[in-house]
This record gives sequence, structure tokens and C-alpha cells, in this order.
Amino acid sequence: MPDEQKPVSAGQVRELAEITVTTDSRDYLFAAAKQAQKQYDDYELIVDIDAHLQETRFWPEIIPFMDNDVLRETALQQLKGGIANPLLNSQPGMNFQAMEGRIPHQAGPREKVTNPDKPGAAFVEIMRRNMDFMGVDYQVIFPTALLNLGMNPMEDTELQMARAYSRWLTELVMPQDPRLIALLYLPLNSVEECERMVKEYGANPQIAGFTICSVRNKPVHHNQYMRLYRMIEETGKPLVFHAGPFWGDPSFAQLNRFISMHALSFVHYNLIHMTNWVINALPERFPKLKLVWIESGLAWIPYLMQRLDHEVLMRQSEAPGLKRMPSEYMQDMYYSSQPLERWDMKYTEATFEKIKADTQLLYASDWPHWDFDPPASITTLPFLSEQAKKNILGLNAAKLFNLPVKRVRPRAADVMAMRGPERIS
Amino acid sequence: MPDVIVAKASSFPDPGRKVFDVGGTEFGVFKLGGQFYAWENRCPHLDGPACQGKILPCATEAVNEDKTSRGREFSKTDMNVVCPWHGFEFDIRTGRHPTNNAVRLRAVKMRVEGDDIVVSLRD
Amino acid sequence: MPDEMKPVRADNIRELQEMTAASDTRDYLHAAARQAQRQYDDYELIVDVDAHLQEGRFWDELVEYMDSDVLRYTAQQQLAGGIRAPLINMQPGMSFQALGGRVPHQSGPGEKVEDPATHGHPFAQIVMRGMDSMGVDYQMIFPTAMLHLGMNPMEDIEINMARAYCRWLVEKVLPESPRLLGLVYLPFNDPVESEKIVKEFGGHKQIVGFTICAVRHKPVHHNQYMRLYSMIEETGKPLVFHAGPHWDDPSFSQLNRFISMHALSFVHYNLIHMTNWIINALPERFPKLKVVWIESGLAWIPYLMQRLDHEVLMRQSEAPGLKRMPSEYMQDMFYSSQPMERWDMKMLEATMTKMKADTQLLFASDWPHWDFDPPSSVTTLPFLSEQSKKNILGLNAAKLFNLPVKRMRPHAKDVIAARARHRVS
Repeated sequence: MPDEQKPVSAGQVRELAEITVTTDSRDYLFAAAKQAQKQYDDYELIVDIDAHLQETRFWPEIIPFMDNDVLRETALQQLKGGIANPLLNSQPGMNFQAMEGRIPHQAGPREKVTNPDKPGAAFVEIMRRNMDFMGVDYQVIFPTALLNLGMNPMEDTELQMARAYSRWLTELVMPQDPRLIALLYLPLNSVEECERMVKEYGANPQIAGFTICSVRNKPVHHNQYMRLYRMIEETGKPLVFHAGPFWGDPSFAQLNRFISMHALSFVHYNLIHMTNWVINALPERFPKLKLVWIESGLAWIPYLMQRLDHEVLMRQSEAPGLKRMPSEYMQDMYYSSQPLERWDMKYTEATFEKIKADTQLLYASDWPHWDFDPPASITTLPFLSEQAKKNILGLNAAKLFNLPVKRVRPRAADVMAMRGPERIS
Repeated sequence: MPDVIVAKASSFPDPGRKVFDVGGTEFGVFKLGGQFYAWENRCPHLDGPACQGKILPCATEAVNEDKTSRGREFSKTDMNVVCPWHGFEFDIRTGRHPTNNAVRLRAVKMRVEGDDIVVSLRD
Repeated sequence: MPDEMKPVRADNIRELQEMTAASDTRDYLHAAARQAQRQYDDYELIVDVDAHLQEGRFWDELVEYMDSDVLRYTAQQQLAGGIRAPLINMQPGMSFQALGGRVPHQSGPGEKVEDPATHGHPFAQIVMRGMDSMGVDYQMIFPTAMLHLGMNPMEDIEINMARAYCRWLVEKVLPESPRLLGLVYLPFNDPVESEKIVKEFGGHKQIVGFTICAVRHKPVHHNQYMRLYSMIEETGKPLVFHAGPHWDDPSFSQLNRFISMHALSFVHYNLIHMTNWIINALPERFPKLKVVWIESGLAWIPYLMQRLDHEVLMRQSEAPGLKRMPSEYMQDMFYSSQPMERWDMKMLEATMTKMKADTQLLFASDWPHWDFDPPSSVTTLPFLSEQSKKNILGLNAAKLFNLPVKRMRPHAKDVIAARARHRVS
């Protein structure tokens, strides 16, 4: 073998460690920064409309914001006793999202931060890291642990947690970073409290909209909510349905694997609420109210559109408020992209067309959850035009949430260069 | 085909309807509010006998000023004929489906001459 | 006006009466016979894999076949007391299928029949009228009232009704015509009884498969059913899931209109059973067992395919029995066409491609239910080749159910002519 073909010891070799729950977000998402550099660094605006807070780490900061002293004390005592998510109706023993440690970021973040003792600072720093490495200008944050709160039989827990979380966000966290925006959790089990919160927070520029966590058994078309919807319509900010998992219905109790429940139940509650919303003709009653549906992927949308279109002309007397086809109302609504079903590009393309993705689809990462989508999930779609990619990744959200179309994120090259010397994993 | 006399106008109740088959061409003649209307007996959905169904007032969603709903009420003015195959409903006056106006019955040319209902059928 | 333009009194005029529950099926389906004449009268074989028995009229006969004398007596007493479907866990006050009388055939059949002594069993007479008018060679009949029986807390009722129905079918109805086919109702709450019924009726020539009514809370992957599946696999006849409506899950009780429940719940239980079937890798355990999914339309199939494909590569450890993608297993299964979502032809075409309709789709009418599809629902699809239409309307079913490809039905023009003089509606 000639000399120049002989293996040499490279001067720039670096060994990368296994990724674990303590891995720095910047290392975890280093590959995303590379994608950003190659694929969309020149895009003016990237908005991630759904990222999550793994709040176990921050719960002790949130609890003190609870108004009710009895519940606050209960929560503090539970925390002390080792209950990581006090007062919440989650079942930690039934939590398989992280797949027994196979996907460590789902169980995190346990990474080190520069200022661990300043309230809110750790959270902001970790969010900033992932935004910069995914190449995101604005990120909408939402607390995972509240997703099932609508099923909590203690109504006061829901409204207390909703308020505490909102106060923590608006008083402590978001003032530290204008790139963070949030959707207000509506304690839908107490409608007057919802109205109060809309009044209180509706004008906050970093509150981009109002969320109904879908996992609940309160029908959204009930008359008690009409004043709330009108109030939200008047703010000009959207009403957002955020899907979640639930294993509690008798029919779902037949599913013997987490994957089965997850595949069906996130969609299930959106199917129910969307059906009620459309069949009861709420789009006709609130023509200016903008609706967003988050975290059920896209495949369910053409399914439901076709199913409702098929039935509604046959059963007019059961949905007499409608002046258009269900699919037409649904095409006026907005949808988050994640978890994007990308296995069959031909069908994904048909789906994009059906839901008018060009104007109605909003990119979401769902970071740091196990099925998160980096922005590359959009940029690598072979059938989209450059303009459609820009719309989905940021411009649609800018219009909907009234955000300035002006780059605020650092360049991908700079992000990687900064981390380069310290990178471990 | 020459115009054909199919019935006496005075034989119709109001609201009322008669359906005719003339040499294989089927259509319904309707009387509502003193006026006559004629539609082909063929649903745009799947060709069902749309004119041979129930005649009912159109259901409406009774929405209050504050956007709450009182439930459903029958319209005081609009009457539908309902296709008995699958329930597609059509406004007797316009022939259109109340949900989607693009879905409609095809009109049949008709006039009242004296007491005769006269229909022009395409060949 | 010249004389020849003057209106004339037509001599070939006939007045047609309103359709009611008492209308003769031949009049009700006159328009279908005309479609048959124009569109598919030359097709060799039309098979309808799902038509229904409106059993209110025949229940007294069925009850006679019940093995348990106690239950039989109870049923007879209920019948005498005016309960039309004795022992059945239906809620007649919640039955809105017939749309308040707008769709009269749903509440039938109230029509007159010829003398049974000369013209055969009334049920067979009525079914034959429907078949001849729609231009169908073979029809598979299934009892509507048993769709919910899986939820009946009294297991012995399910077992007794299942066997009574099979005996009634085999002894009284099927001998009337070789064009009538039946499916065994499996009393799935009792695996041993299910096996017994497979043994007893599985060999009958006109029993072409075995049905699991999908509305139930017994998970299909449970070990207790493996021997039953082996047994069915050995018969070579398919296992059929038949969807049904259900309003009882807490989440479903939010839906305030029948249309909403109907749109979602028929699909719901198929979603659950299909997910369990795939994730627990039953297609790998029973590679020769043919599975059919009836009466949920088609839009749900690509939705579930995409959703499961998306998750399964990420969570291999939760579905380790799989050797292929979920969509590939699903493409090996068979689906009935009704209720076909025909509003968006582009989407329907994408769906038919995705599910390999050419070989896997089976025409079903669901007659006499409110959302029935005549064969023209297939022949009028603009994107299908003639061969595909023939496959879907009959040849796929002939292969699956082992039926001779040989015309059994009369010609449409003869059907129309035979009725012409007697036509009322």
C-alpha cells in the first residue's frame, strides 16, 4: 500500500459520549443545528408552536404561585415526600414515553445550567439552547403535566394549577426571554375562572392564545362556554386544542401496549371535540374565532373530513346550523405538524393538499418529547415548494399569532462554533 | 316531445306533491304557498327517488343572541322534501340542499295553464 | 300557438306514491335496477358482502331456536309484552337511524309478501327482491340487532342468540336460495362456545365466514382466543369484524347528536381491534387467516396505516413481533366498501391506491340501512378501470369466499319489466 493510503492518527479526532438524561441540549440537538445550517438557515422566521416543559425540575418553582394555601401546602408536602408531580392525576407507573430510558431527553432535562439558583433562569436557558440548536426564532411552551388535568376530579386543583402555571410563566419566565411565548391553560371545568383568566392575561403580548387540553369529558359545544368563546374571539388570539394521551375509557382499556394507546388516544379526543365543534355549527356562531389543533399529526384530518362530509348531507336535521361542508370549516382551521406521518410521501402530499397546508399548517417540534420533529421534518419533504416550507415553518404562525417576521435566532454556524470546543456527546 | 298536461292544479293540497312517471321520465310537482314547483325525481347523491320522500319543515339550529343554543326548531317558512334513500333534503322552492347549496335537484320546466299543470319534458 | 305545440294529455302517465316503510322493496329500489341496467348488467358477478336483516319482523321465529328454555320463555314473554327485540341490549329510544321517519326503509320491512307456501320464507322473499333490484348475485346477510350483543352483560344471552340465529339461518333461510349467504356470529365473550359454533356451522356451504361484532370490550389479542383463530384459519374461511354504533364510553357521551356518534363510533372499535391485532403481531401468528373489516367506510384505513407506521419504528420494543410495517399487514386484509366517503374523489382515489382496492376491496350495500350504497357507488367512480370495478363488485369476494364466477341474477330489464305493472311507488 502506498504511504498516502496508510491510516494516520487524525489530529482532529474527538470521541463522543453516549447521550443520556444529563446530556446538554446543545449536544443532543447538534445534528439539528447541522440540518439548520444546510437546509433553512436563510429562512427569515422559524416558529415552533409546541414545545414542552419537563416540569418535574421546575415544579418547586411553580407550586408557590398557587393561590390556595391549603392546596399549596398539600403540594409542598407531596413534593417533600418524593411525589414529583404533586396534585396531578398522572400515573407515573404507566408512563412509558421515554421507552425505559431508550429516549433520554423525554425523561430530562437534568443538564447543567450556568445559574441554577435564579428562579426561572434554568428553564429559560435550557429552552434557549434547544431553540438555538433547532434554529427556531420563537417557541410556544406548554406544560406536559397539565395535559390530563381536565380529568382531575378536583376542580379546584385544575384552576389552581392553571393560575399558578400562568403566573410562573408570565411573572418569572417569559420576561427573561422575548423569544418564548405561551398559550394560556384554560381550566375548562370552571368556566368563570376561564373567563377571568382570559381577561387577566389576554392582553399579554407573550400570551399567544388559549388552550383547551383535549383530554376531558366536558363537551365543548355546551352553552356554558359561549361567553368564553366570544371573549376569546374578541381578543383576536386563537383557541387551541392540545391533544394528550388517555387510557381510561373502557374501550381503550383493551389496548395492551403504550404504543397502541398513544397512536389512538391523542387523536381520539380531537376527533370528539372537532366533531362537536363542527356539528353544532360553532364556526357559524364564532366566524372570527381562530382554531388550532395541536399534536395529533395530520392523518386524522382527511379521515374526519371525509367521514363528516359523507354523513352531513344525509342527516341535515342533526346539524342544521351548517352552511358549508364540514371539511370546508376544517380547512379554515390551523393544525400543528407534529407528529408528522412521513412514511408514505404520496399520501402525506395528498393530506397536505386536503388540509391546505400552505396556509393552515404550523410547524411544531414537541421537543423534548420522544416523538419530536425537528424543522427538517418539513424542509426534507420532497413535494413542497420553498415558499410552502417557509409558510409552514414560520410565516403561517407569524400571521396567526401576530409575530414580527424578523430573524431573532443566531446563525447555525455560530451556534455550532460556540459549542464546538465544549461538545461532549 | 310536446308539452304534457299531468294533473289538475286544483287537485293539489298546500303543501302538496304528486310524482309522475311519463314514459320513463320521473318528476315531482310540488305546491307550496300557492306556487307550483317541479323537480326531477332523481337525487344528485345516488339517483334515489328524491321526490317520493317525506315533506317536512327544514330543521334549524336555534341560536340566541349570546350564541347559546335552544336546540333545534322547525322552520316556519322553509319546507323540504327528503330523499327516502339516504335523507338528502331539498328546499321545495329552490331545489337546493340547505347545508350545501351546490347540491340540488334538477328543475323540470312547468307552468300552470288554467287548471292544468303543464310540463315540458326533454326528449 | 300552432296545434302541435299545444300541451297534450299523456297516455303513458303514471302517478307514483310516497315511499313509506310499507313500500315494496322492488319499488324502493327501482332506481337501482335502472342503474344496474345502464351500468353493470353485463358484469359476470356482483357480490354484496353486507346486507341486513331488519329482524323486528322475524324475531319470534328466531327465539324458537334458543336452547335455554328459561331464556326462550323470557324472550317469548317480552315479545308478548310488545318488546320487539327481546333480550337484546338495545335502547330503542336512542335509535335515530331512520332519521325520524325520513328514511323509511331503515324501519322496515313492512311490505307484503306472497304466500310462503308457494313463494318461500318471507325473509327470503324480501331479500331476493332487494338482490334482484340492485342486481346482486350473492348477498351476505347479518342481523342488525346482534351488533351490540358483545356488550350484553348476560353472557348466556349472547351464546343462546348466536346459536339460535345460526340455526334459524341454516335451517330456515339459507335453504331458500343458494344466492343467500351467512356468517356465523361468534359469541366472543365465551371462547369455548365460539369454538363450538365454528365446529358446528363452519362446514356449511352457505356459511362463508365468522363474525366478531366489533362493539365489545374483550381484547382480540388475548391468549384465550388463539385456539379459536387457529380453528378458523384451518377452515379457510375468513374472520370478519363487523363495526357498530356505540355511545357509552365516557368520552363518547360528550357527543350530542346521533350523526356525531355514528361518524366516530363505527370506526372507533375497528381502530382498537385492528391496532391490537397488528401490534400483537397476530398476522405473524396466523399467516393464512384472512381478515375482513366491515362497515366503517374507507377513510379510516389510511389514517390508521399512517399513524401506526409512524410509531412502530420508534417503539420496536412494544411491538417486537412485527416483521413488516403495519400498513403492509393491513394491505393484506380485506375491507367492505360501505359507507363509502365519496365527496372528495381525489382523496378517495388516494385511499383506494393506498389500501390496494383492486384486490382487497369488497362491495357492500348495507341495505336496508339508512346509509346503504347501491352498486352504482362503485361503478360511478371516475378513476377506476372496468376491471377494478368488476373486482370490487364481485370478483374479489368470489376469490375470498370461494364463490363460482357465474351469473345467478336475472337481467335488469327483466326485473324492471316484471315489476312494471305492479309498481306503486
